[in-house]
Amino acid sequence: MSKIVFQRTKGLTEKEFSYCPGCTHGIIHRLVAEVLEELNILDKAIGISPVGCAVMNYEFFNCDMQQAAHGRAPAVATGIKRVRPDNIVFTYQGDGDLASIGTAEIVHAAHRSENITVIFINNAVYGMTGGQMAPTTLVGQKTTTSPFGRDARLCGEPIRMSELLATIPGATYVERVSVHDPANVRKAKRAVKKAFEIQMKGLGFAFVEFISTCPVNWGKTPQEALNWAKEHMINYYPLGVFREPKEDAQ
Amino acid sequence: MAKGKITVDIDRCKGCGLCIEACPYDLLELTPDFVNKKGYQPMRIHTPEECIGCANCAMMCPDVCITVERL
Repeated sequence: MSKIVFQRTKGLTEKEFSYCPGCTHGIIHRLVAEVLEELNILDKAIGISPVGCAVMNYEFFNCDMQQAAHGRAPAVATGIKRVRPDNIVFTYQGDGDLASIGTAEIVHAAHRSENITVIFINNAVYGMTGGQMAPTTLVGQKTTTSPFGRDARLCGEPIRMSELLATIPGATYVERVSVHDPANVRKAKRAVKKAFEIQMKGLGFAFVEFISTCPVNWGKTPQEALNWAKEHMINYYPLGVFREPKEDAQ
Repeated sequence: MAKGKITVDIDRCKGCGLCIEACPYDLLELTPDFVNKKGYQPMRIHTPEECIGCANCAMMCPDVCITVERL
């Protein structure tokens, strides 16, 4: 008797992803979709698509979706959650969306402790527009708009969103995870599940940051990009839980 | 040791090779002399009898095109 131990989740549609080969967006989509299916909330989940590579993800998630203006996903999610408090509302945003143009929205959504779940994808560049320098680009990292590497005196140090949001009392749950190997993918799924459970319990704002890759704009093969993320990104963006509900703290 | 079996949705695969690096027994490769309808060389398993069904390949597959069974 054979037993299926892994198959494509019902949380994803049959549509093929529009991402480049080896882009970790696909892994993260799968994790979110699997969690929605396992928590049995696919029929009442409402996702907010960002602007960026993931803008088309309303075609990939098998739940209701709404596309928002650049960076405004937390504001749209706030509106939907307040009007429909019984629905589970999540945003899926990249670093150009959340850490740059949408900084005000995310900071104030956290301050108000809106009862939403935010999935933040940090790959240190603007992917869709061609690999320009983002607020999260590492010092010394070469991009199309920093061809000699990011200069900290000119552009400042990269912004650490998880640490920033963890200083806000309203942020109930903040964790940073990575998907550079199978063990970390499994760990990341637990973080996503916890973030949705916190919303289901009505505990407030939950935020999960993913260290992601952009093989094409980093000029690397998919595996080299994962290795680079492991060696360089995680040094600057340490993994871990930055804030969690009081009863869960040890 | 449990024996496993993987099935690949060949036309969904983009040949990124992340599964190849994730396989603990190095059983996967890009199919030589074949391209799928998207124009990529899809992955395949070259020694199916040694698969243990750990699902590490499926964990890393960004296009969710692998189904894993334990026999």
